[in-house]
Amino acid sequence: MTAFTPAYIEKILPLLWDGMQVTLLLTALSLAGGGALGTLLAVLRLSRRKPVALAAATYVNLFRSLPLILLIFWFYFLVPLIVGHSVGGFYSALTGFILFEAAYFCEIIRSGIQSVRRGQILAGLATGLTYRQTMHAIVLPQALRNMLPVLLTESINLFKSTALVYVVGVRDFLTTAGMVGTRDNTFVGMYVLVALVYFVLCLGASLSVGRLQRRYAL
Amino acid sequence: MIEITKVSKWYGDFRVLTDCSTSLAKGEVVVVCGPSGSGKSTLIKCVNGLEPFEEGTIIVEGVSVGDRKTDLPKLRARIGMVFQSFELYPHMTASENISLAQIKVLKRSKADATARARELLDRVGMAEHADKYPGNLSGGQQQRVAIARALAMDPIAMLFDEPTSALDPEMINEVLDVMVGLAQDGMTMIVVTHEMGFASNVADRIVFMDEGRIVEDTPKDDFFRAPRSERAKLFLSKILRH
Repeated sequence: MTAFTPAYIEKILPLLWDGMQVTLLLTALSLAGGGALGTLLAVLRLSRRKPVALAAATYVNLFRSLPLILLIFWFYFLVPLIVGHSVGGFYSALTGFILFEAAYFCEIIRSGIQSVRRGQILAGLATGLTYRQTMHAIVLPQALRNMLPVLLTESINLFKSTALVYVVGVRDFLTTAGMVGTRDNTFVGMYVLVALVYFVLCLGASLSVGRLQRRYAL
Repeated sequence: MIEITKVSKWYGDFRVLTDCSTSLAKGEVVVVCGPSGSGKSTLIKCVNGLEPFEEGTIIVEGVSVGDRKTDLPKLRARIGMVFQSFELYPHMTASENISLAQIKVLKRSKADATARARELLDRVGMAEHADKYPGNLSGGQQQRVAIARALAMDPIAMLFDEPTSALDPEMINEVLDVMVGLAQDGMTMIVVTHEMGFASNVADRIVFMDEGRIVEDTPKDDFFRAPRSERAKLFLSKILRH
């Protein structure tokens, strides 16, 4: 058993950093993809055309009703079948995260837009702005401010959820730490360290958004 | 200038407006009153096409509001509207509220729009509050900024939808004063209000509505002296008792 000393931590740090980069990349790409797809879904869900709104609602309800870990498994086996060759754990997990997060982002963005009073839209239209201009200059800036806290909470959730890629063998931060712990028999120290890192990063993000929100509060 | 002819509107099966007809000449001030739910707000929102209507026609300076081919944003830019709940944009300063549509719709430069905003803020007695956000203004101040926002488009007519109903009593007069000033400057105005003092001072005509119909459309003196319908008599007796 290796002693869990500062010198030891320094030695394994490059390995853990490799893992953290995978975690951060997975989070960033899932956020970007899920955010974009979620915005699109939100616009579709608010559409006045019933079939379009229904299709988007069905998507959201379907993906919100499935466990994330199941989606990760599913795409791990499904994506290779569709594209004809193995794409590796990273991309199949990424696909799962994007599709899953899109459902949540859709709901966050939709409720953000709906939180803006209808009178604001009427006021914009009454001055001669088009519907698109009204959305862009009046509704969306307010919606974004209103949804900032939930958006952040969901992003932090996603950051933590990426640890689930453990099940398909992607070497993210947690998986790497686990492997090192097994190799050197330093489980206890490693998992305490991992917990600390997640805790500090998530708390830091929460606090900084709290400050951001106070600055832009309406 | 504004001609409303036999306008009817339904919400599903419920008929909110029935054959409403009236007209305004340039410079005329018409007060629309009546019990709540009588369709007053709905009717004036039809004038700038914020509410669609199923039957009848509304012509504003030769442009038919209900016509599918009408460029509604262009028409709305020429008709100012003031809402009961002010509806200033909370994420913009008073000055920015007034500049937005000038820049986006009238394509004025930012400098020109801001200069015009200052001028109008001065006119409604809000010059020193130009850089404040709506959240830091009182209701009466917000409504005066909202009036300035509508005036910034150099409208040919103004619609007021219960502009003082959401205000504390001590703030009502500062808003009414601005409106009286506008009327005296010759602005064409349709005002939905319960302020009978304002009506008897500046209105040319009173339109009285009940259950979606225009029950009376008369010069104001006739209305206050001798309302014809029982419904209007009842309404006046309730509103003027104190």
